[in-house]
Amino acid sequence: MFDFSIVTSWIHGVLTSVMPVGVAVFIECILVGVCLLLAYAIIAIIMIFMERKVCAAFQCRLGPMRVGPQGTIQVFADVIKMLIKEIIVIRHSDKFLYNLAPYVVILASILAFACLPVNKGMEILDFNVGVFFLMAASSIGIVGILLAGWSSNNKYSLIGAMRSGAQMISYELSIGLSILTIVVLTDTMQFSEIVARQADGWFIFKGHIPAIIAFVIYLIAGNAEVNRGPFDLPEAESELTAGYHTEYSGMHFGLFYVAEFVNLFIIAGVAATIFLGGWMPLHISGLDGFNAVMDYIPGFVWFFAKAFFVVWLLMWIKWTFPRLRIDQILTLEWKYLVPIGLCNLLLMVICVVFGWHF
Amino acid sequence: MYFTLLIVVILTAIALVAVALGIAKAISPRSYNPQKGEAYECGIPTRGKSWMQFRVGYYLFAILFLMFDVETVFLFPWAVVVQDLGIYGLVSIIFFLVVLVLGLVYAWRKGALEWK
Repeated sequence: MFDFSIVTSWIHGVLTSVMPVGVAVFIECILVGVCLLLAYAIIAIIMIFMERKVCAAFQCRLGPMRVGPQGTIQVFADVIKMLIKEIIVIRHSDKFLYNLAPYVVILASILAFACLPVNKGMEILDFNVGVFFLMAASSIGIVGILLAGWSSNNKYSLIGAMRSGAQMISYELSIGLSILTIVVLTDTMQFSEIVARQADGWFIFKGHIPAIIAFVIYLIAGNAEVNRGPFDLPEAESELTAGYHTEYSGMHFGLFYVAEFVNLFIIAGVAATIFLGGWMPLHISGLDGFNAVMDYIPGFVWFFAKAFFVVWLLMWIKWTFPRLRIDQILTLEWKYLVPIGLCNLLLMVICVVFGWHF
Repeated sequence: MYFTLLIVVILTAIALVAVALGIAKAISPRSYNPQKGEAYECGIPTRGKSWMQFRVGYYLFAILFLMFDVETVFLFPWAVVVQDLGIYGLVSIIFFLVVLVLGLVYAWRKGALEWK
């Protein structure tokens, strides 16, 4: 199994051999920041391109085809277009909060993104309360969206932000309960430890029935948490023009757009980590040859394959189902998902206490 | 160590937004037009401000959320040690969840979950 900490300790060794430790740590911090930024941008670009192509495939279209081979550099053209558009700030808005909102949204998104364990030894924030930190960090994003809607002084934005706030805080409960189900099974909250416990079987197999129920709840709630799919009424185009970012133009809007897509990737990445084994390869007990071949595939390939599989699943949901009304969304959460989640948690505790898991 | 990395990540986020907006402001065109400063409400002139009263339903769900979110804070430490506690942990959490579910049932019966 490829261990990325070899690379990091090699860099650390080289740097400390030519300069004092303080300077070396400073340079490493800058390296971490640059790598994080690059990874964030690349994931955003891949996600936007994938969204267009997958959407086109579900609607029997070709999607972007003109810019570059198969339209692959369309997204770069869009970035340049975003950069050279004028940033308009409307007259009666609350300027400070209006400019603060993109910072809050991106901050929440990057904090959550830095928690994802991509490979062995390749996670930036690996706290012992990792899962809890991720949930706390991602809920800052709600504040950003509420700020954006409130400060714009536009009725569409306000309605979009209020809907988004109600929906996101509601569905956060279901995400918390389904993650809690897995924490009961692992007895740890550290991401690297959660992945390491799945060496002999992914949790969706180890936890059998309660884990599968938790996975389905997580997918539904995760879809609602990023305001997508059948739950996209905070920015329902046909009713609210663009929801909470109606008044944002140019790069201001681009940041919201990027954060939305990376948040989708984070939801998928967390699902891949806690249910589908993170960077652990697929092993089938008894087939030693097959297991040995799977071990040759590096961990980050496994992680990205699983994460993008979940992303594809969420995009399939988005382009298949019609949009729900707000009362239907809240009914689904409070009258179905929360009670089912609580019962499922109890079921998992019973399974764990009596040892009915693999 | 963790704290340093946390600071690095936060600074990265701020740098990303500041640099992106800085580049955009430097190279994007600027033109003044009084119409541009108006709120976009599909061409119809805006009536009044948007900072006004909105429906109380959102507030009600926020309060319900608070109750369940605090419960999650209590459940996470318990979830980490439940394998050591065994039956004792199971029984004690059943009492906790029953009290919690009673709150949800109360809100449900009172009609707080209906969107009227």
